[in-house]
Amino acid sequence: MAEEKLTLPADAFEPLPKDEAQDNENIAGPSLSFAQNVWIRFKQRKAAVISAIIVIIMIVVSFGSTPFINKSTLVKSHPQYTNLPAKVPGMSAVNGLNGKIKQNGKWVDAYAENNVPKDKYFIAGTDYLGRSLGQRIIYGTKISLIVALVATFFDLTIGVAYGIVSGWKGGGVDNVMQRIIEIISSVPNLIIVVLMLVVLKPGITSIILAIAISSWTTMARQVRAETLSLKNEEYVLAARSLGESSWKIAWKHLVPNLSSIIIIQTMYTIPTAIFFEAFLSFIGIGISAPETSLGVLLNEGQKNFQFLPYQMWYPAIVLCILMIAFNLLGDGLRDAFDPRGQR
Amino acid sequence: MPEERVLDVKNLKIDFHTYAGEVKAIRNVSFHLNKGETLAIVGESGSGKSVTTRSIIGLLARNAKIEGGEIDFHGKNLLDLPEKEMQKIRGNEISMIFQDPMTSLDPTMKIGQQIAEPLIKHKGVSKKEAWAKALDMIKAVGIPHAEERINQYPHQFSGGMRQRIVIAIALICEPEILLADEPTTALDVTVQAEILDLMKDLQKRVKTSIIFITHDLGVVAGMADRVAVMYAGEFLEFGGVDEIFYDPQHPYTWGLINSMPTLESDTLESIPGTPPNLLDPPKGDPFAPRNKYAMKIDVEKKPPFFKVSDTHYAATWLLAPGAPKVKPPVEIQRRWKKYDLMKQENKLPGVK
Amino acid sequence: MARYLLKRIFFMILTLFIVATVTFFLMKLMPGSPYANEAKMTLIQQHIMNEQYGLNKPVWQQYLIYIAGMLHGDFGTSFQYSNQPVSSLIGARLGVSMQLGLQALILGVVLGVIVGAIAAVKQGTWVDSTATVISIIGKSVPNFVLAVLLEYYIGLKLGLFPLAGWGQFSQTIMPTIALAVGPFAETARFTRTSMVDTLSSDYIELGKAKGLSRMEVIRKHAMRNSMIPLVTLIGPYAVALMTGSMVIENIFNIPGIGEQFVKSILTNDYPTIMGITMVYCIGLVVILLITDIIYGLIDPRIRLDESEA
Repeated sequence: MAEEKLTLPADAFEPLPKDEAQDNENIAGPSLSFAQNVWIRFKQRKAAVISAIIVIIMIVVSFGSTPFINKSTLVKSHPQYTNLPAKVPGMSAVNGLNGKIKQNGKWVDAYAENNVPKDKYFIAGTDYLGRSLGQRIIYGTKISLIVALVATFFDLTIGVAYGIVSGWKGGGVDNVMQRIIEIISSVPNLIIVVLMLVVLKPGITSIILAIAISSWTTMARQVRAETLSLKNEEYVLAARSLGESSWKIAWKHLVPNLSSIIIIQTMYTIPTAIFFEAFLSFIGIGISAPETSLGVLLNEGQKNFQFLPYQMWYPAIVLCILMIAFNLLGDGLRDAFDPRGQR
Repeated sequence: MPEERVLDVKNLKIDFHTYAGEVKAIRNVSFHLNKGETLAIVGESGSGKSVTTRSIIGLLARNAKIEGGEIDFHGKNLLDLPEKEMQKIRGNEISMIFQDPMTSLDPTMKIGQQIAEPLIKHKGVSKKEAWAKALDMIKAVGIPHAEERINQYPHQFSGGMRQRIVIAIALICEPEILLADEPTTALDVTVQAEILDLMKDLQKRVKTSIIFITHDLGVVAGMADRVAVMYAGEFLEFGGVDEIFYDPQHPYTWGLINSMPTLESDTLESIPGTPPNLLDPPKGDPFAPRNKYAMKIDVEKKPPFFKVSDTHYAATWLLAPGAPKVKPPVEIQRRWKKYDLMKQENKLPGVK
Repeated sequence: MARYLLKRIFFMILTLFIVATVTFFLMKLMPGSPYANEAKMTLIQQHIMNEQYGLNKPVWQQYLIYIAGMLHGDFGTSFQYSNQPVSSLIGARLGVSMQLGLQALILGVVLGVIVGAIAAVKQGTWVDSTATVISIIGKSVPNFVLAVLLEYYIGLKLGLFPLAGWGQFSQTIMPTIALAVGPFAETARFTRTSMVDTLSSDYIELGKAKGLSRMEVIRKHAMRNSMIPLVTLIGPYAVALMTGSMVIENIFNIPGIGEQFVKSILTNDYPTIMGITMVYCIGLVVILLITDIIYGLIDPRIRLDESEA
């Protein structure tokens, strides 16, 4: 290569003072804890955040309604208000939300027809007994959520404990415990639930028990798998070689790492439990009147679907939103906990 | 000896578009490859070695942008070729092998099929012929019981064996250029030596030119005819293998050579610091911040390539007329002395 | 391989045995009478009936008789239909449910693979996002809700397909769709993830370095590697289909075992409940065994145990 004529400044060859040298060993940002990292990644997923908000709103509204909507208010029937469509204040322009319903192809003002007082609004309409569908939906959501959350909680406790013991102990104990799970898994979940309901007689407690007993195997399997791989991680081996007791190790090391698996799995178990309850109530072997749940509402709504479709649509929409929200939440959490998975 | 050039890279500039900004990964790189030789590109992780070779074969990531330069091969600029044309060249005239043999092969396809694939695709031979040729290749790369093993699957082979299979795949169409991206880094040292010997042997047979990427100078010494030292997206020094090893001129090269343990060394030397951030590359010599021989000019202006010999160039202000004569580390001085001896005795092989 | 198989089959039989035992004793615990009009029967009549059904023998004897009968395919007599053996009740309906389940499985999986593969290849584009949205909705909307909607809007309003019953192919279309949505959504998601994973593998990179075009690489290398894990999903799908069939058959009036199961529960027909439970379990266990074997056959890493150095 040809050398160009270089005109260099006079001090070009003077040695560089040490502090002028850039120090690029500085780490750019502050280091964050594991939980903070997860939170930041979670916030980036808009769908998951919206789902979380929706879930929280639903829980707050349905549980918060307890002082206002309870069994006594729901049991009262108002025959003069039966089967009214929704009438939402301020939505008088929208057919379907202004007290009108399609009958024989024409929009008819059902409120006027039934001589409903001008100031009476039913935001979601009424059912065949004249009860406010809106209230029933809120109450039903609460029941469905209670069933799902309590069942999931039991499922979690049994599953996690079983999984940790099985994974940690290993060897023969693990073998036997796994065989038991295999046997239980040979029976389709729903069959177990149904059998339990046949034995225990339908009701909220039996459903909760039945769902909990049939679903813990998935959690147990996942927790066991994670425990097994954690068990052989070097830091656990280090702790053991230093003489830490098994319990302390389990608590200090395993639980934080397992927490991600547990939380994610829980987010997926809840919609399954909601689905089971709705399914069973829909068939008629779950919760039944006068108690209400989303499944019961779907069942009742289905009967009148041809002429009063809103009676099934509204609870169906609520159910679907709930399921979608939990599923998206689960997806978002899974991605937030494990950034190695690509978008 | 007039050399026939098989590849000519001129002023290559490549940026990567990331959400944090544009990473200037390759900043004006030029070099050529002569027929039948092995050119080693040495450098740290992130220096741009892989990106350079991938740009030759056209396998850059989606967010890579070629900002300038050309890559001349058989009179064509590879950077301008449409994808269909590049596909005809890949595996056929230019082949590439990657670092990790454990994951480079399709786990659910027989190795015979995987080796025969490029032959069938590029030379249009029948399946029977291709498998026969594949069998030859398997024998050529030194895998015993070839007739049985041709029907086996990758998981039935060890790491070293798998890398041999990868080499077989790369060479079956007798390419003019073989790009080897750290092919022995993931292997045991003893296996490493076998694979390197195999490559040298096959290179003679197939008459292919090799660009060998590595960060291991020991491997370079055994394989290379010429060496290019890369740092922060640029070449800092290049020359014949003996020139680089015995007459290095750039402080970075000194650092690299110095950090090789020898029989006499009692401490392990290392180069403190880390390479610069290529989102905002330095305007002077990129090695300056870690360079204890740095001068004021090093941070202000990028040094041009100063000629050390017809085949040896280094981009360091230390070679500028008027620059102070510095004393390199002890090990480097020792080598310089040896180099002078070699020159006197005319033992220099005459760099190709 | 043979040893593994034998172990599995042995374990299978053991499992079924345990399930049969548990269900038997569970049902024995149930109050309530097997006879439809017990109140109207005199004690003597009850005694005669008990004799006839063997219900006056000690429980452990009844148990042994039950197990022995099961091995011959005899599940006792239905309480609800007092002169029909459970096995014939089930037998007639089994084929129906199996056809429905199979159709739903094939439809769901095939569509799911196609959609998932396209989403993976066009990762990041609107195609991918749309496919993801569809899968999430498919997974979250309960299939019985969908069934009712299909019945009403497509069946009733548009009159495209018959609403209920079984016998002609057209009657199977809507129930199949309703049942297939779950497996479809899950398969699409799974295929997409599996393929995206595969596409970022080194051997795909090597495939490109050989000069293969994108489509060739996908066809020859990515598809096979992404599909193999799909086999592991068939077991859970079988469960979901069995579950779903209970309500779908109900809504569409399909004479399958799902419909019968629900009916038996509502009428406390214990022998039938037990019989159908056993059928479901046998089915599930067999399917799990078969998918295990298939997986072992198609994944060369498992098929060939020995690896030479």
